Amino acid sequence: MGTRKPGHRERTITGVADRYNAAGTNVETTVLGADEIILNMGPQHPSTHGVLRVKLRLDGEKVVGSECVIGYLHRGVEKIAEHRSYQQFAPYVDRMDYVAAVSNGLGYCEAVEKLMQVEAPPRARVIRTILTELQRIASHLFWLGTHALDIGALTPLFYCLREREEILKIFEKYCGARLTTHAFRIGGLQYEAYDELEKDTERFCKGFDKRVDEYESLLTENRIWVGRTKGIGILTADAAIAMGVTGPVLRASGVQWDIRKAMPYAAYDQYEFSIPTGQNGDTYDRYVVRLEEMRQSRKICLQAIENIPAGPILGKVGKVLKPPPGEVYHSIEAPKGELGYYIVSDGTTQPYRVRIRPPSLINLEALDQMIRGHLVADVVAVIGTLDIVLGEVDR
Amino acid sequence: MNAIMPYVFPVLFALVIVALLPLVAGYIVLVERKVMADMQVRLGPMRVGPHGLLQPIADAVKLLLKEDIIPESADKLLFWGAPLISVTAAMLALAALPIGPFFQIADLNIGLLYILGISSLGIFGIVLGGWASNSHYSLMGALRSAAQLVSYETSAGMAIVGALLLAGTLSTRGIVEAQSEAGWWFIFVAPVGFFIYLVASIAETNRAPFDMPEAESELVAGYMTEYSGFRWALYFLAEYTNMVVVASIAATLFLGGWMRPFANTRAFNFLDYLPPLLMLGVAGYCFRRAPKQPVAVQKMFMAAVGLLCIVLALILIMPLAVPRDSFLASSKAGIHGAFWFLFKVGVYIYVFMWLRFTFPRYRFDQLMRLGWQFLVPLSIVNVMGIGVSLALHRQLHWPNWVSFPLGVALTLIAGAFLLATGEKHEHPRVGDEEEEETPVHA
Repeated sequence: MGTRKPGHRERTITGVADRYNAAGTNVETTVLGADEIILNMGPQHPSTHGVLRVKLRLDGEKVVGSECVIGYLHRGVEKIAEHRSYQQFAPYVDRMDYVAAVSNGLGYCEAVEKLMQVEAPPRARVIRTILTELQRIASHLFWLGTHALDIGALTPLFYCLREREEILKIFEKYCGARLTTHAFRIGGLQYEAYDELEKDTERFCKGFDKRVDEYESLLTENRIWVGRTKGIGILTADAAIAMGVTGPVLRASGVQWDIRKAMPYAAYDQYEFSIPTGQNGDTYDRYVVRLEEMRQSRKICLQAIENIPAGPILGKVGKVLKPPPGEVYHSIEAPKGELGYYIVSDGTTQPYRVRIRPPSLINLEALDQMIRGHLVADVVAVIGTLDIVLGEVDR
Repeated sequence: MNAIMPYVFPVLFALVIVALLPLVAGYIVLVERKVMADMQVRLGPMRVGPHGLLQPIADAVKLLLKEDIIPESADKLLFWGAPLISVTAAMLALAALPIGPFFQIADLNIGLLYILGISSLGIFGIVLGGWASNSHYSLMGALRSAAQLVSYETSAGMAIVGALLLAGTLSTRGIVEAQSEAGWWFIFVAPVGFFIYLVASIAETNRAPFDMPEAESELVAGYMTEYSGFRWALYFLAEYTNMVVVASIAATLFLGGWMRPFANTRAFNFLDYLPPLLMLGVAGYCFRRAPKQPVAVQKMFMAAVGLLCIVLALILIMPLAVPRDSFLASSKAGIHGAFWFLFKVGVYIYVFMWLRFTFPRYRFDQLMRLGWQFLVPLSIVNVMGIGVSLALHRQLHWPNWVSFPLGVALTLIAGAFLLATGEKHEHPRVGDEEEEETPVHA
């Protein structure tokens, strides 16, 4: 177990209880205007993407206030980390953003590597890049399908899942798992790449550009789609920065910030790609930015498979990981935004504290500001455009 | 005996319609799911019966056996009665529609007015049901539905007025006969009117992209949220019956009712052989697929469907095969008329499904804006355009091929103008005035 600082277990929970009361029970005591109602959306609602609960204060159908209630999927991932060894905790991070498990794993592995001051060998880094970019495409595809479904377009979902399936098949061939992959290992890769990884990736990437065109032909210039997304949920660049919003949501507001470029990790510094940005920061821009990101990810994959260096896949790490005491913060550009891991080591085999910065949670905080003055239908569109995964929000 | 004879056939027809309609609605749902699956690269229902052909029966049984839940705080009587209003209104509207020249329950001289009036009553079922459920989602769904129906009833009514001007009668049978005499369907004389009616009828039946009242991603299931089991099935039945009703109205008013395409042209008489051939084709497909079914029962069922199609083909071919002056030959108009009518209704409903799976959903305010700022003015212009054409044709004796295209062109120009001006007024953000910070918990 190792030594713990005093007071570690006596953490008070009154703060949590107070918050729960404030969030959960005093709808009755709320002072409402004469023609206002409180509408409770979720946690069981078709389009809150899991178990998000949004309490809306409505004037007719217009939103005049909102409050998110989260925690329905809380599993105490950060606390679990304190009782697991560094390797044992790695599969848990896959279960936070379960739509992009590979990216979660990459962030965690790299953070621990940074803490231990080891580096993954070049081969491992390139394969990590390929798999993570495929995962970004898969995550964006899932976002596109569900977002379109929320806005009422039923069909794109199935096209998106069709392509996502191909990516999941690559994952399955690589590591046997489709969703919660646990693809990487601290110090390198869990498995050697299978023989046809390059070929499968290339086949997918070659066909994928046309598929994106197909989604665009269904949505991009559709009058209804444009009407439903243009000018909806505007988030200005200043507001986005002030709230710590990251990822495509931030970039759609016109801020060119991508950790892959700003603080390159894995093998991103070797490849050419651009960072798409929007201007208005509305739902339509976020849609366009994400579509373009899929194209850029495809480009990265194609560049990466051209030259995968040979060599070992695992760096110099022992079977028992004992990082020196200290702390580290490492963040990566996950499909949803900046995914950060803050790990404190006390020199034992188990982390003293792991704090995770989930992009979904911090992006979700912008929801209230984005939906004020809009209609109920737009709330659904904005929740969709934020691309939240509740597993990650609640952890 | 003679005194009751006029009532026998209508009562029989009515019984047939009421008995068959739930089945038909069930199969429309199956077709819809199959069409949807086809557009979405998947198979759709495949489990119950061959190609899922028995799925509607299984669904009906499941719905009937479900626990009947009435929410504690609901208004019991209204909650109980509201679906009945919806279904009754939808079914009553079918009474005045001519499915073929002989197959009609009642040829009212105010037929169209009757259909419009009765089908508008159906909204009571939705509003009352939404209110009686005592739930915010239901209430909002019901209110949306009421607003939507009122808005689109206006333009649908105006579109119908256009066709009425052309036909000069309110009787549904009279309208089809007028098209027969004129020699063209009204869709060619009043395409804009048909377009308006198409849009308005989608909105009236609460179908996507105008399915605000039950927008599942926003309002869970709208006015039906609290309903389950048989009462929910009744709402569903009402929705699909309404689809049949609006499709029938469109077929009657704009698509020539029971008439075959080019009904008056001798050279196109070979089209008479199309219905039996179509049936034979379906039968052939069934027989070909039957041996490939996995279970003996499914093989038999598939073969039975094939046999049924052969019987239908025989019925359809019969009037053509016998000598011209026999009694059977005179039944051709009835039998083939019913086929063509149902065929047109089917195509119209297919268009509904097609749109549903292609387009995203409108937002409520956009829907209202489209209704009042575009469709209503356009439908009024359409009526004026048709009026101008008719005046030119009847008073000044301009030829048909000049006056009617002129009317259509005028309407289209006005429509383009409306579209151009409408775009300027679009405000994406509804309440842009700065609200003071009002959190949920004051």
